[in-house]
Amino acid sequence: MSWDWAMITMVVLVVISMFFMLLGAIGLHRFPDVYTRLHAATKATTFGSIFLAIAVIVYAVFRITDPETLDVNVGSYITLAVHTFIALVALLITNPTGAHAIASAARKAGVVPEQAVIDEYEEVE
Amino acid sequence: MSIGHLDVILIGVSLLAFGMLISLLRLFLGPTSPDRVVALDTINTLVVGMMIGLGAFYEQVILIDIAIVYAILSFVTTLFIARYISSRKEKEESQ
Amino acid sequence: MCKIVTLLPNNTHLNSYTVYAKSAFEIVGVMEAPDMFTFLVTFLGVFVLYLLLVWGSGDADTAYWAIEEVFAGLILSLISAGVARMMLGKAENTKMFLKWPLFIVYVPIFLVYLAKANIDVAYRVITGRINPGIVRIKPGLKTDLGRTVLANSITLTPGTLTVDIDKEKGDLFVHWINVQETKSEEEKVKAVCGSFSDWARRLTE
Repeated sequence: MSWDWAMITMVVLVVISMFFMLLGAIGLHRFPDVYTRLHAATKATTFGSIFLAIAVIVYAVFRITDPETLDVNVGSYITLAVHTFIALVALLITNPTGAHAIASAARKAGVVPEQAVIDEYEEVE
Repeated sequence: MSIGHLDVILIGVSLLAFGMLISLLRLFLGPTSPDRVVALDTINTLVVGMMIGLGAFYEQVILIDIAIVYAILSFVTTLFIARYISSRKEKEESQ
Repeated sequence: MCKIVTLLPNNTHLNSYTVYAKSAFEIVGVMEAPDMFTFLVTFLGVFVLYLLLVWGSGDADTAYWAIEEVFAGLILSLISAGVARMMLGKAENTKMFLKWPLFIVYVPIFLVYLAKANIDVAYRVITGRINPGIVRIKPGLKTDLGRTVLANSITLTPGTLTVDIDKEKGDLFVHWINVQETKSEEEKVKAVCGSFSDWARRLTE
């Protein structure tokens, strides 16, 4: 096992990422209704994927700058980093919008929030 | 046996598969349709994460290209299903 | 560029095929100033995205991009900018990109709130301590774009999730995971959005 800077950074990033990703999945079972589940699922998994993507970008930067691996094809690692970043941006834009669509659809379908202390939406219907 | 940089990512990806199983359980259990859609949305995000990780592991950039397209297509699918379930009243609850 | 945008004549309402056809001719001929701006923003955005995607396609020693890919990108971004101008056509929406220095300030603040939100969610998943409810807030934003920016921003920030929007009044219905007692309307907006209602106003109006 080689404990260089890239290894340490990647282990930290992947551990944080997995913590939040799994938390999002567990949150689907811990919370009582669809709205609170959306909180856990959307926020935690989006945040987790940011860290996973950064881990992959760190790996690509490591392979580009590492003096031992100068013979590698630098272009393919630049491509790896840039495409990972674009995938991350696509997730960051689409996830909150998708969550909003689900919440709005659930409210229109008549799913009432459980354990709610206040529901000011009912006055509209 | 030594653990390389890519093995860290592979361990992460296998944990993501575990998270997908947990979300899949909610997809089957979910009492209402929106619950199932939330679970599906979570699985979609996890799949995108897995594709990024596997793309780095196998050094295949095309997997990450597919992840981009998958993220956008799954978003369109979520919107479509949301539009569908908002057009009818939830029946499963009252039963 | 700022002057061109502030002219802002009303756009044609795109409700029939004749208008689409007319717009298609307008791309080739003379274009109105705000339309031109939308066209340019979309064109530059799509072209930069395409160049990022094909980075590394060229011969690694001489150039990062292959000349064929650059030409293909030019043609594709021209087509998509034309289509976007026909479908969107509103200069109010692309005006936001003139304020790009604000985005540089906004993104770090947003990321800090995103981190806070996730630690909050982690705490609530582990302890299961929730006090949920749907509240109605009046952020007082005038444009649709501002409401969209605010709705998406607060979905990823602590304890809030946008459920629906009142199209006439511009009120947001927000699912709040930890409802607190508030006295006045301003206090409520402050408690739900934090500084994001001000940011949405600054970015879009």
